Amino acid sequence: MSSPSPKSPELSDHSKKYDRQIRLWGEHGQKSLERANICLINATAVGCEVIKNLILPGIGSFTIIDGNIVTEEDLGTNFYVEKEAIGASKSECCMRLLQELNPDVNGDYLDESIDSLLETRSEFFQSFDVVIASNIKEATLKNLSNLLWDYNIPLVYCRSLGFVGSIRLQFREHCVVEPHPDNKPLDLRIENPFTTLKEHLAVSEVNGKSPWVHVIHKHLVEWKKDHEGNPPKTYKEKNQFKEMIRIAMKSDEENHEEAIKAVNTVFESAGKISSNLSAIFNDEACQKLNTKDKNLQFWVIAKSMQDFIKTENNDLLPLQGVVPDMTADTDSYIKLQSIYRQKAMQDAENVYQRCLNTLLNIGMKNEIISENTVRLYCREASGLRFIRGTKIQSEYSDWDKSTTLAEGLECQQPLMELYAVLRAYDHFYTEFGYIPGESYVEPDTPKLKGLVTKLLQDWNIRHPVSDDMVYEICHYGGAEIHSISAFIGASAAQEVIKLLTQQYVPIDNTFLYSGITTETATYKF
Amino acid sequence: MEISQKRWSNLSKILERNGAFCHGDFTPSKDNLEFLQTTAKILVIGAGGLGCDILKDLGLMGFCDIHVIDMDTIELSNLNRQFLFRRNDIGSSKAEVAAAFINNRIPGCKVTPHFCKIQDFDQSFYRQFHIIVCGLDSIVARRWMNGMILSLLNYDDGQLDPSTLIPMIDGGTEGFKGNARVILPGMTACIDCTLDLFPPQVTYPLCTIANTPRLPEHCIEFVKIIQWPKELPFGEVTLDGDDPQHVMWVYEKAQERARQYNIAEVSYRLVQGVIKNIIPAVASTNAVIAAACVTEVFKIATQCYNPMNNYMVFSDLEGIYSYTYEAEKKDDCLACSSIPKEVAVEDPNTMTLEDLIKYLCENHEFQMKNPGITGCVEGKQKTLYMSTVKSIEEKTRSNLTLSLGELGLKDGQELFVSDCTSPNTVTLKLKYKGNEIEME
Repeated sequence: MSSPSPKSPELSDHSKKYDRQIRLWGEHGQKSLERANICLINATAVGCEVIKNLILPGIGSFTIIDGNIVTEEDLGTNFYVEKEAIGASKSECCMRLLQELNPDVNGDYLDESIDSLLETRSEFFQSFDVVIASNIKEATLKNLSNLLWDYNIPLVYCRSLGFVGSIRLQFREHCVVEPHPDNKPLDLRIENPFTTLKEHLAVSEVNGKSPWVHVIHKHLVEWKKDHEGNPPKTYKEKNQFKEMIRIAMKSDEENHEEAIKAVNTVFESAGKISSNLSAIFNDEACQKLNTKDKNLQFWVIAKSMQDFIKTENNDLLPLQGVVPDMTADTDSYIKLQSIYRQKAMQDAENVYQRCLNTLLNIGMKNEIISENTVRLYCREASGLRFIRGTKIQSEYSDWDKSTTLAEGLECQQPLMELYAVLRAYDHFYTEFGYIPGESYVEPDTPKLKGLVTKLLQDWNIRHPVSDDMVYEICHYGGAEIHSISAFIGASAAQEVIKLLTQQYVPIDNTFLYSGITTETATYKF
Repeated sequence: MEISQKRWSNLSKILERNGAFCHGDFTPSKDNLEFLQTTAKILVIGAGGLGCDILKDLGLMGFCDIHVIDMDTIELSNLNRQFLFRRNDIGSSKAEVAAAFINNRIPGCKVTPHFCKIQDFDQSFYRQFHIIVCGLDSIVARRWMNGMILSLLNYDDGQLDPSTLIPMIDGGTEGFKGNARVILPGMTACIDCTLDLFPPQVTYPLCTIANTPRLPEHCIEFVKIIQWPKELPFGEVTLDGDDPQHVMWVYEKAQERARQYNIAEVSYRLVQGVIKNIIPAVASTNAVIAAACVTEVFKIATQCYNPMNNYMVFSDLEGIYSYTYEAEKKDDCLACSSIPKEVAVEDPNTMTLEDLIKYLCENHEFQMKNPGITGCVEGKQKTLYMSTVKSIEEKTRSNLTLSLGELGLKDGQELFVSDCTSPNTVTLKLKYKGNEIEME
């Protein structure tokens, strides 16, 4: 395939191939994916489905670790094995059939069990950006959890069992830069206009062709005179304000109609510091920058942004600089748009200069932060988010989240029950050395029930778990059902993409799914 | 090497054992797997983003007799998610390449491809399937399939004959959002019952595009709608979003217009997006929705659990969110109800036939595309307007500007409407406000 010359505006071959997703996470999101190196522990169907949904969008490279051989059963659940490979290395076969999906992606494999790898070469994991695992023993999971927590590498643990599944995300911390909310709040600052906007609004005549920003501003000036300088706040006041505009409106002026519609939301959050952002500013990592921090860039920009907000911008965020489309003649809309854009550029430039100073103060090089990145952070300021995760291993010792479980059980949330039984299910293998229901359901059910009861006692939970849930899980006998694996695998892949791109908001931290009732739930443990 | 039934030992645990939450009619038995392998016949509509995953999932859930229909050929921009296709396959039939891949990978699974339109088949074809799964990106095609399975229903003395009911599982995605639903035609909400769930297509007012453009999109639309038909830069051809020369022409003209109005940069990607009305798509959402659909197919085919009732929405923008609820069957649904849908007419002396057609296209309960209307006037069946057949269009065109009154249509009049959104003729009933037809 021929690619257009570099100067041509036509998209490159690469850009065309990934077009449908670049429209979502942008060229910069795509680059973050392509830089990433991920690891899959155990080539189960669910594990391979995660990898498939990362290979297609073009992850940099992946490595599969599995010491088993391909069996006939694998052929009934996993799409990335073939009958010719029965008896041969599973990691090799899955790697080959997965890598073949996208020649841009590098694949590697290790024909070794996770247990022996953890024992002999645990440093092996250091080179990965995310590790994905499934179907590992309780003790191994605890070790892996500890190791990756120490390395500060996210772990995504997936489970597909019968008609249920789960995803557990373990990360120390995660920064969301672009959350892409459905309804991004407007940031127009009409009640508190910056100088250039104020000047512009003051001299502009308001007519049927003015952008509604002008219409609201004109009436707001009047309104403020009678309301101690405040914009309409309550529902009642907003209705009065809308009435003011309606009275002044000449018949069917669309811009006035739009202004009336905008009254409800336009004064809400413009430029105010969100609770997420305030938590970021107050975080110790922001107060005291640590040059070894993995998220140093995030904290330097956050700190510099905070400086700007406090010392120079009257506690208001850097301006977003985005004006939604509104009925208006071209000239007045474009003029307004450029005023917002210029101010946003100035704000970002100011924050960028402060970043350079901050970096200088902590003895870091300028290059680690680009002006474009600072612009992006400023545009997204209202949505920035920092999440501190918890360790999987902590669910096994000194667990402080058992009250969450107790409450869920008392409210009879079926997926909370599922969580409790799955914990017992893992423990069953540790205790008895085989999977409950693997051969016989009836004798294993009371054994599994006994373990559930024991766990609930350990957690001081009085509320019991239903026999039905125990029996249901036991009767699966460890079966992996493909459509459930595909659901969990694809969902988990998207979580990995979120971690790698710092776009969209990942689960925190346990996702449960029942294909029986088509229910899902997310809990923080 | 021969593959034994041991391959399906995972599925057997579900199909040969009793679970705690099983459907009341479920009997654990080896026959269940055998039914999937030898009897169940599944039709998949679409071999694209959803279709590829649906085919793989069905094959690994034990289904062996699967048909797939898709009229499209493979493009480069499919490869980020349609995982049964490779670069060498570009230009080939999606249905054929997908079927060959599955048949090769899953021993014993036989996918039969149909490289054609769904409209190329009639009732006798669709009747042979037990369950139909749709992975479509077009509302018109979904509605057509919906109309088709509804037309297969047979009633004996008002009682639905269950052997004529073919469940339809429908999936849809857009970016990080998707939905999956189970339709039991005649029993639960159908596609047309919930037409208002489809987001309206973004359109820009013509006067904005022509007189007060503000966004790059406005400039692109102007070139597409006004400049292209006027200048016809490549002769008498319609604008083709897949022809790089065409896109480049629009790109340059749109840029010119944007510069003239001081509108910010028009990008090539945006031009393509606007011309082709591109909907963003990722592998993961398609795979999630396909899996949810196939889980339902499996539940219905084996009766192991109750099927979903009946509509699930999914989004993983913020965390992973899903919600399942019962979409309601509409008593006066255009497609699945026998009661003719009423069209309220303010004044039959001012509403022209053209107004009525426009109403049927724009009203969100109808959303028709090219309705052809016939009705009984003065005892005679008469075609009032039909755009799809050139000779009839020419003969009936003059009716467009006549009012309903002038056409002799009375209050309570039944009209029969054919449209590409259904294989069936839909009956409408005119309902005049008041009864002030002027007598001449």
